[in-house]
Amino acid sequence: MKAALLVAAMGLALSACSDHPQTMHGFQHHDAAPYTGPQKAFTDAGWKVGDKASWEEHMKARTQRGQNDYYGRKN
Amino acid sequence: MARMKFVCDAERCIECNGCVTACKNEHEIPWGVNRRRVVTLNDGVPGEKSISVACMHCSDAPCMAVCPVDCFYRTDEGVVLHDKDVCIGCGYCSYACPFGAPQFPAQGSFGVRGKMDKCTFCAGGPEEHGSEAEFEKYGRNRLSEGKLPACAEMCSTKALIAGDGDVVADIFRNRVVMRGKGAEVWGWGTAYGSKQAGQPTPGTK
Repeated sequence: MKAALLVAAMGLALSACSDHPQTMHGFQHHDAAPYTGPQKAFTDAGWKVGDKASWEEHMKARTQRGQNDYYGRKN
Repeated sequence: MARMKFVCDAERCIECNGCVTACKNEHEIPWGVNRRRVVTLNDGVPGEKSISVACMHCSDAPCMAVCPVDCFYRTDEGVVLHDKDVCIGCGYCSYACPFGAPQFPAQGSFGVRGKMDKCTFCAGGPEEHGSEAEFEKYGRNRLSEGKLPACAEMCSTKALIAGDGDVVADIFRNRVVMRGKGAEVWGWGTAYGSKQAGQPTPGTK
């Protein structure tokens, strides 16, 4: 009886020493697409929130208007 | 849409650090951290050149390759972002990055636990767009507001251009063709037109 209890106690004590396999699967990053918008007042006007094509066109237009100083100029 | 890219025109950058200031202000970056900085070659020597440098959002990013906990991810727009909840602050990415983009703040909400911080192309992080949590960890998410990175939009000489890679390349190519070279680039004629100061406009008395 004592021996059985001793074995059970040792088994319980040593169970903490077991090492479970830790496989690296990579983390799942859940980042929403930017065209889904922040739904707040800072959103620039001129595009439809949630519409990818509208967002892309808006970004291209903003790049041209804001950063191309030859924009609209006839060569 | 192509990948989002930065280009800095060394012929135009005047080392004003407006981009650095815009970035720090937009994202409330703490002291000691520079997501963007201006590097000058041959400083003080006639003909010195300056360029504004930050994360270049590499298509084959070495930081992503070396990260032991896989905290980096790339958005559909080609912006390289990372998850600060996963980052362990080991610093491998800073050794791998050829631009010195990864920063390791030691204080403030950005870095109480030594998480890596870098330019996000003003695209925030994995938190909800425009949320307080996103701002605290990654700064402002201008892309989701339909805006471009603050550094480029603030650039006074339009040296720093950001946006869709195809559009950016087109702007830069056109600029190089239009501005010519040598004496054509600078001077009165370039700044104010070919008419010289004090001379009457042709056709007027």
